[in-house]
Amino acid sequence: MKIGVFICHCGSNIAATVDTAQMAEAARNFPDVVYAADTMYACSEPGQEAMVRAIQEHGLDGVVVSSCTPRMHETTFRRTVERAGLNRYMFEMANIREHVSWIGKDTQANTHKAVELTRMAVEKLRLNKPLVPKRFEINKRVLVIGGGVAGIQAALDCAEGGREVVLVEREATIGGKMAKLDKTFPTVDCSTCVLGPKMVDVAQHPGITVHALSEIENVVGFVGNFEITIRRRAAYVDWAKCTGCGLCMEKCPSKKSLDRFNEGVGTTAAITIAFPQAIPKKAVIDPTFCRQLTKGKCGVCAKICPSQAIVYDQQDEMITEKVGAVIAATGYDLFDISKYGEYGAGRLPDVITGLQYERLLSASGPTGGHVKRPSDGREPKTVVFVQCVGSRDKSVDRPYCSGFCCMYTAKQAILTKDHIPDSTSYVFYMDIRAPGKMYDEFTRRAMEEYGARYVRGRVSMIYPKGDKYVVRGADTLMGAQVEVEADLVVLAAGAEAAKGAGELAEKLRISYDKYGFFLESHPKLRPVETNTAGVYLAGSCQGPKDIPASVAQGSAAAAKILALFSKDKLENDPLIAAVDIRRCVGCGKCIRVCPFGAIKEVDFRGEPKAEVIETVCQGCGLCTATCPQGAIQLSHFTDNQILAEVNALCL
Amino acid sequence: MEVVDIHASCDAEFIAEVEAESSQRIAECYQCGNCTAGCPFTFAYDIPVSQIMRLLQAGQKRRLLTCKSIWLCATCESCTTRCPNNIDVARIMDVLRHLARREGYAAERNVKVFWDAFLDSVEKHGRSFELGILAAYIAKTGRFWPDLGLGPKILPKGKLGFKPHPIQGKKQVAEIFRRFREISRS
Repeated sequence: MKIGVFICHCGSNIAATVDTAQMAEAARNFPDVVYAADTMYACSEPGQEAMVRAIQEHGLDGVVVSSCTPRMHETTFRRTVERAGLNRYMFEMANIREHVSWIGKDTQANTHKAVELTRMAVEKLRLNKPLVPKRFEINKRVLVIGGGVAGIQAALDCAEGGREVVLVEREATIGGKMAKLDKTFPTVDCSTCVLGPKMVDVAQHPGITVHALSEIENVVGFVGNFEITIRRRAAYVDWAKCTGCGLCMEKCPSKKSLDRFNEGVGTTAAITIAFPQAIPKKAVIDPTFCRQLTKGKCGVCAKICPSQAIVYDQQDEMITEKVGAVIAATGYDLFDISKYGEYGAGRLPDVITGLQYERLLSASGPTGGHVKRPSDGREPKTVVFVQCVGSRDKSVDRPYCSGFCCMYTAKQAILTKDHIPDSTSYVFYMDIRAPGKMYDEFTRRAMEEYGARYVRGRVSMIYPKGDKYVVRGADTLMGAQVEVEADLVVLAAGAEAAKGAGELAEKLRISYDKYGFFLESHPKLRPVETNTAGVYLAGSCQGPKDIPASVAQGSAAAAKILALFSKDKLENDPLIAAVDIRRCVGCGKCIRVCPFGAIKEVDFRGEPKAEVIETVCQGCGLCTATCPQGAIQLSHFTDNQILAEVNALCL
Repeated sequence: MEVVDIHASCDAEFIAEVEAESSQRIAECYQCGNCTAGCPFTFAYDIPVSQIMRLLQAGQKRRLLTCKSIWLCATCESCTTRCPNNIDVARIMDVLRHLARREGYAAERNVKVFWDAFLDSVEKHGRSFELGILAAYIAKTGRFWPDLGLGPKILPKGKLGFKPHPIQGKKQVAEIFRRFREISRS
């Protein structure tokens, strides 16, 4: 075997603390190494060309590059060696940047360690085998989980690209948080007017199937071949018959039910259609409030329904969908403001969340768009907004900035002035974070044109005084402790991961951070991909995002999927497990540990043997570590290869 | 320090008055602190100028009119020059000083006495008469010693004349003062 070793300076990143020339000198003495050189930037075009030339001139049949992490450039160099005519797996990488130069300053010690790492790579490469990926058929349907604005955008873009889409929504209607908003910043255009038509497009698109009131129960399979089990919760209404006339809602005697769509501001019937523009516009019974379902007598809706759609004994239903790719767009939930006891949230009726205030401002909300205090229906004249409630606060385990609260608070201060011209708004803030296009201008307008009085400082407590609330806080710019007597207090509750996000991530086998937000594959360069092939992210499930960013990410995820499905067959990664049938004793341990269901038992001349389903195996190596016989080996990471590396280091 | 009720104690009329007299918009200040950063008199101020702007936004009339800073401001206009929002901060300081004077506040009495002595001199002679100003100032403040050292230095240079030098149009200058008083009274 003829091996070439290329040692990268990475500018001064490596060369400043590693003697690369000395490394090349040392590498020339390694077994099978016929060529070694150091280069300024191995990944650059001249760097790659030099590599191709060396392979051809010296007849190399394997290459080691000592440079950065394989996460950065393994694919780059695999393509380079392939261009020079080698199999792309006849390549190894030694990480002498992250593992050496960036973490140590002693040039002598660094060079020594870098040489050792390179020697290990060479020893492994000597046992590498050319590997060829298998091609497999794919299903080109798309599953979008979550029908908020990000999911809607992704679904529409995929459908427009000619792909069949299944859209699963947990609530009874799509629309998500955006459907609950009155206006949107920084243009102050009506939220429903912008979103409504998109929701209708989803309903009318022949390529989109909407499963509302549904959740993901189970996910099996892999990119191109997922099988999804969806639990459709009982609506107690036959949606095939329901026409959305709303008669049931009017006649339902249980009018004190929690109004979930209106964020608990006011009450509603036990059978509801969330809002006039709901998609699908179908009635749903809330079993916790329905008299028929709780007490067994009532039946008013069943009697009144002109299309006999009420089914009190409806059960949850399981639906199976086969898709090739998944977009998670499950959005966010609001921070529980009652954790701030000093603000009286949950105790004081007129201390509400920003989203509740949106419902008070909205013409389709419980007050018909007239701002009224929840407690006594009086119009507030002094409104205090408190920002960063559940954001940038380590004490409640929410150290991150929710990103959009500064903007929606400014918008609400503007709308308050529009609704109640003789009102005064106070905004307690820590910093104003308005980095978007026309965003800072918008917050300035709230102050300069609409007279919102911004106070830089936190609020320490809110307590009732007569029919008002005293809001005590600080004005750090004035250097004083201040207080305001407020009629209404609106807390800009921060965003947190949607309830159940962690469970869903586990079903999808994607990573999530300690706050439950899904992890993208690379924070800068792969923002919509996950580390699981075929699963993509859109919107706030990846981290708090405003509408423009969510829509952009929805489209981005759709573009990724359309690109993926532009091929008729996908290639699997050949770094997968393979069974040596002579060694396998058929114990079945590998079958039990495989998290992907990629190993099956086969009969070989009357004896049970394990067999790997090549397109399903993800190459995690669990089976290899479990097999008592060493019969199942992970290609490219065989026991012998790993031992060769250990020997290179230790012997 | 007392707690400031920012709603009840906010004097909107006062803000409007300052805005009208200075032709500046107080809400445009975003509290970056550039004015304080450049102000050469902050060392002597009781309230730095950016906080003066903040107190003004909060309509804290009494606090502002009784402060020393507005009297110590030398109107060098560093603040005005550097304000990113083009607010003429020095002009606002000037307006505040005038308002304080009108309301009968003078936290730095000596500064006010000096200005009065200067203006009286201009009214009387049509221009400033340094020795006269000095005499009036010393008489009202009793500050004799601090300036004593300067006399022998400037006397030979002819900077401290013993007699006022009247100008042409003395009467007209006096007329300006008279008309100003008339307007301020009405």
